[in-house]
Amino acid sequence: MIKQKAHAGTLESSDIYVEIAPAEAGSGIALNLTSVVMQQFGPEIEAVIRETLAGLGVEDAVLTVSDRGAVDCTIRSRVETAVCRGKGEA
Amino acid sequence: MSKLVKSIKEAIQLAGLKDGMTISFHHHLRNGDMVAVMVLDAICEMGIKDLNVNISSVFDTHAPFIEYIRDGVVTGIETDYMGGVVGRAVSEGIMDKPVTFRTHGGRPSDIIRGASPIDVAFIAAPTADCMGNCTGKIGKSACGSLGYAFADAMYATKSVVITDNLVDYPLVDYSIAENYIDYVVVVDKIGEPSGIVSGTTKITKDPVGLVIADYAARAIDASGLLKDGFSFQTGAGGASLAAAKYLKDIMIRKGVKGSYGLGGITSYMVDMLQSGCFKALYDVQCFDLGAVESIRTNPYHMEVTAAHYASPTAKSSAVDSLDVVILGATEIDTDFNVNVHTDSNGYIMGGSGGHSDTAAGANMSMIVAPLSRARLPIVVDKVLCKSTPGHTVDVLVTQRGIAVNPLRPELAERFRDANLPVWDIHELKEMAEKLNGTPRKPHHTDKVVANVLYRDATLLDQIYAVK
Repeated sequence: MIKQKAHAGTLESSDIYVEIAPAEAGSGIALNLTSVVMQQFGPEIEAVIRETLAGLGVEDAVLTVSDRGAVDCTIRSRVETAVCRGKGEA
Repeated sequence: MSKLVKSIKEAIQLAGLKDGMTISFHHHLRNGDMVAVMVLDAICEMGIKDLNVNISSVFDTHAPFIEYIRDGVVTGIETDYMGGVVGRAVSEGIMDKPVTFRTHGGRPSDIIRGASPIDVAFIAAPTADCMGNCTGKIGKSACGSLGYAFADAMYATKSVVITDNLVDYPLVDYSIAENYIDYVVVVDKIGEPSGIVSGTTKITKDPVGLVIADYAARAIDASGLLKDGFSFQTGAGGASLAAAKYLKDIMIRKGVKGSYGLGGITSYMVDMLQSGCFKALYDVQCFDLGAVESIRTNPYHMEVTAAHYASPTAKSSAVDSLDVVILGATEIDTDFNVNVHTDSNGYIMGGSGGHSDTAAGANMSMIVAPLSRARLPIVVDKVLCKSTPGHTVDVLVTQRGIAVNPLRPELAERFRDANLPVWDIHELKEMAEKLNGTPRKPHHTDKVVANVLYRDATLLDQIYAVK
């Protein structure tokens, strides 16, 4: 469960800035994604974010994500860190 | 007689500027330039419209152009480079007529042979006398070389000097001479010093950039070209400057006495001149205060006109004798074609400048770039815009290794002999895609927003409006 607002990452080139906030149970994942490489990699970025959330058991959350051309491993680590902080684990 | 007139408006009136004519500007004041917008403000107030603007480069300080395009004051732009602010508006389709892109050599070539006539040239001059002798070397808005402005002054029907530092006649050590100038206007300020030249141009500290620079310098060393009489041009980008610094160390260690450094000149090239790496510098454009100081005080640091720098129709130009040039790229394709006009989403944010001129002239043209930037591999199947044709591009240097154009097998051989990591350009593309994934091509519309002319004035490529 996401208990609090949290964020991870930066707006540096090749990084990704992830903000996460709690949402009502059953409301699902609301993802607002912007990316400098939306045309080139938009669907892939969204898929990696959703897979990472699912893997961490996050079913309900509001995410605002600003991507600056991060590769998949960076996206995963920023999302995971934001989730841990949102759960109050980090 | 007196050429001094009271205002820009008076000069415009005396010059006979009318709807539909072509005016020109140079870009030596770079992002500090106030003159182009000042002149357009006057033109707008006088109700003149439908003008074609031939300006050697468009910077972000020229953002008011966008309003003048919308209002119909400016209906055509011809340039060699366009920064991201005006470039974005053009890419979004605000102009009915496509922009014409030339190169720094193609522009004076076309002006001189009459293919792109100028009705009235406006010459921003950091110092001038009352008869129009002018220079960029002194004055509160000093910018150094005025290389790009010569063809305008000499071939326009009317030429107007605009200065913020009027000195007694005759100006000593002038650049552009009075015999080409019709009118002189004094204004309070022609430019914002902080935007004209940077205080110091800085070498990159980015470890990736330093690896690229090290490979680039070692490749030049291994090329067989680095010997007495060596000539060289490099850009002002961080990795290019770092390569120049490493190259300087090699030249000093080996005692190589070069002939000339060329191009837009930075303090690092001045440092190489002072260290004896070159006999002279040919300077078409100063990038920083160190370069301005040097061109003012050192006779071996010489101003060159854009035509002398790079014109393909001159009897010879300095790029023809160039051994090595280091250049940048936003994209390079597997045929070695280079894009420096658009970003990876197709928005205009640059231009050839001297890129394709020096690539054509130099014995070895070298592109330095990281394997990928922000998830986008530098090597693509086909560049979004062909700015410089692949047959003139010899080497790509990335942090993961060097690709050599198959047209130059002897260079690949020499690099291998020097234990440099040589790869096929397709292999560099695969390396980058393994890390980043394979990008989809961005969408564009069918509307042409710019025609890219090669240095010989043939159509090289077209840029389309973004979606």
